[in-house]
Amino acid sequence: MLQMKTHYPDAHRVEPVNRHTLAVVVDNEPGVLARIAGLFSGRGYNIESLTVTETEHEAHISRITIVTTGTDSIIQQIKSQLERLVPVHRVVDLTLTGETVERELCLVKVVGKGDHRVEAMRLASAFGARTLDATLTSFVYELTGTTDEVERFIKLMTAVGLVEVSRTGVAAMSRGAEGIM
Amino acid sequence: MSETMTGAEMVIRALQDQGVEHVFGYPGGAVLPIYDALFHQERVRHVLVRHEQGAVHAAEGYARASGKPGVVLVTSGPGATNAITGLADAMMDSIPLVCITGQVPTHLIGSDAFQECDTVGITRHCTKHNYLVKSIEDLPRILHEAFYVAQNGRPGPVVVDLPKDIQFKAGSYVRPLSNQHKTYRPTVKGDMDHIRAAVELMANAKRPVFYTGGGVINSGRQAAALLRELVQLTGFPITSTLMGLGAYPASDKQWLGMLGMHGTYEANLAMHECDVMINIGARFDDRITGRLDAFSPFSKRIHVDIDPSSINKTVKVDIPIVGDCAHVLEDMLRLWRQGAKQADKIELQKWWSKIEGWRARNCLAFKNSKETIKPQYAVQRLYELTKDRSPYITTEVGQHQMWAAQYFKFEDPNHWMTSGGHGTMGYGLPAAVGAQLAHPDALVIDIAGEASIQMMLQEMSTALQYNLPVKVFILNNEYMGMVRQWQELLHGGRYSQSYSESLPDFVKLAEAYGAVGIRCDNPDDLDAKIMEMISVNRPVIFDCIVDKTENCFPMIPSGKAHNEMLLNDYLGETGADIGSVIDEKGKMLV
Repeated sequence: MLQMKTHYPDAHRVEPVNRHTLAVVVDNEPGVLARIAGLFSGRGYNIESLTVTETEHEAHISRITIVTTGTDSIIQQIKSQLERLVPVHRVVDLTLTGETVERELCLVKVVGKGDHRVEAMRLASAFGARTLDATLTSFVYELTGTTDEVERFIKLMTAVGLVEVSRTGVAAMSRGAEGIM
Repeated sequence: MSETMTGAEMVIRALQDQGVEHVFGYPGGAVLPIYDALFHQERVRHVLVRHEQGAVHAAEGYARASGKPGVVLVTSGPGATNAITGLADAMMDSIPLVCITGQVPTHLIGSDAFQECDTVGITRHCTKHNYLVKSIEDLPRILHEAFYVAQNGRPGPVVVDLPKDIQFKAGSYVRPLSNQHKTYRPTVKGDMDHIRAAVELMANAKRPVFYTGGGVINSGRQAAALLRELVQLTGFPITSTLMGLGAYPASDKQWLGMLGMHGTYEANLAMHECDVMINIGARFDDRITGRLDAFSPFSKRIHVDIDPSSINKTVKVDIPIVGDCAHVLEDMLRLWRQGAKQADKIELQKWWSKIEGWRARNCLAFKNSKETIKPQYAVQRLYELTKDRSPYITTEVGQHQMWAAQYFKFEDPNHWMTSGGHGTMGYGLPAAVGAQLAHPDALVIDIAGEASIQMMLQEMSTALQYNLPVKVFILNNEYMGMVRQWQELLHGGRYSQSYSESLPDFVKLAEAYGAVGIRCDNPDDLDAKIMEMISVNRPVIFDCIVDKTENCFPMIPSGKAHNEMLLNDYLGETGADIGSVIDEKGKMLV
């Protein structure tokens, strides 16, 4: 066969998989989250985290922040597929638009006495976590930070009596004066 | 401006305001108020089907034959779930439909009430959009929006799920106001820089080919007219997908025939060897591309599509143009004319002589028989004897569908209705019912197989009820032919469950319905009997007994490239075991 001279990708070539944070602005109507979650499951895309709340009450607009992974072409497909949903206003790939700030909040409950309890307090103060609740045998801490910070905090707390974690998933915004709305 | 009426009356009024003439439906408890509202008027005509899936296929056939959206009305629960296959079919083939489903009263939703199902949940993945109407205030807007969404951008089915209490409630109806949707605003005009680059690429092409699809049909008659103009102006060859047949006249010398798995030798080789591919309204479906990493390896690609998610989905393109086919074609034509563009005549001549060489291979030739009717011969004769009447052809799914696509020649858009993407057996008869309603005086033929036809056979009764003289032309080979073909190629000829056992007597069956039954098993009688079929102004079931073992060629085996296709006489020439041609990986791709 003739030598193939084309940009056409080799089927066996492994393309790098990257992590992208998407901001999806949608009409807050019933079922909109099911549409988006269903799109991801139906087409085999990954969701690493998904955060959603109504952000403009009068206009009934919600902002959904999705952290996903995929090759560049998959990420482009995800964006196009999201944009074609009727209640979606717009989709911004924050990872491509430049620098972003990303934060998530976690609540952790640690239970213990003696050394473990003291160590938990030290770690919490080292991370700048807030104490939301305390009993003689337990604490509930709140930590806001990047996903990496939250992961490290949880890992360390596991060693000193962590019993429960609740996380919000990522909220994200681009740096600078430009807004996406 | 606004008028007070019940929700059920609003549904009918909205249909009237949207210019709907026919609704395909089936009544039930949760839509009784709407049926009551239908009763009091004459403008919207209801067509009673015999199964809700038939209603959706009929609406699809109507939509494709008329260019207008199809409308379906079914009840809750089983009414809605029976409609699912049709909705999925319309979704895959981008057919504009509005399907109104009844729902249990709002206060019972979620209680597992009688004939309740989560219709919006179930249909979310097989509709373009869907709505659950929770208050009467929202109803007029949702009804008009459903029509807007179904028809604009890439068309598709839209479900409006309407609880019974909302149908009874009174509210104020508003007429459709603006065509601007709050969020859904598809791009219609193509980017001029990209169009300019595309025209430049075309003008410098040495081995160009147009590859067109259902998008041209969906874009409307004007798109087909513009396509013809551009193709003839450029002098380039053109091929089309199954869904795009008729956009370009099959009688023209620039037409290469259909491409893809059962496409022609010349079309597929032109795709393989071209240096510039101009895709207008097609989506690089896997039945078209074959093995992706060997698909058209030398080409620069232009892709015109109204759906941005079709761009670069499976095949990377060089010049994407998001927009409506008619608009983009118009711009391309203007730029081509303004620049007095002309591809290199000598190169184009060389390209055409190469193509003529492939064409001379006469890939659709088959060995005819004096004893048995070859299915290809049957379709050929059907075409020759009906072409003067510009018939509307629908099909079921399988070998007969491919033979219809190969041997029937389409001159105009909207004359070919087939289930392409979803591949739904049972599509053809109800689609023929819909097409006949759109064109009451036209000749409408469902080219069917004896297996497929039994999936929606009950719609014969609908055809009779409304005096729709549809012709069902069954290529009866007593097998699920395409299944049998694959079993022959891939599974050592072990015909597991693919024999059509205990077939009904189709002639008697036709008579039982009050239709006309004709049987033909002799090639010598075929012409006379086809003439008899088309001379009857009543529904006909034509039982055409054909060769049982004929296979559908040419064929690109799964997992193979366009230049590795098998031709009709493949076995004769090499004596090779056809099953060995397809490797293990290919078997997975069937």
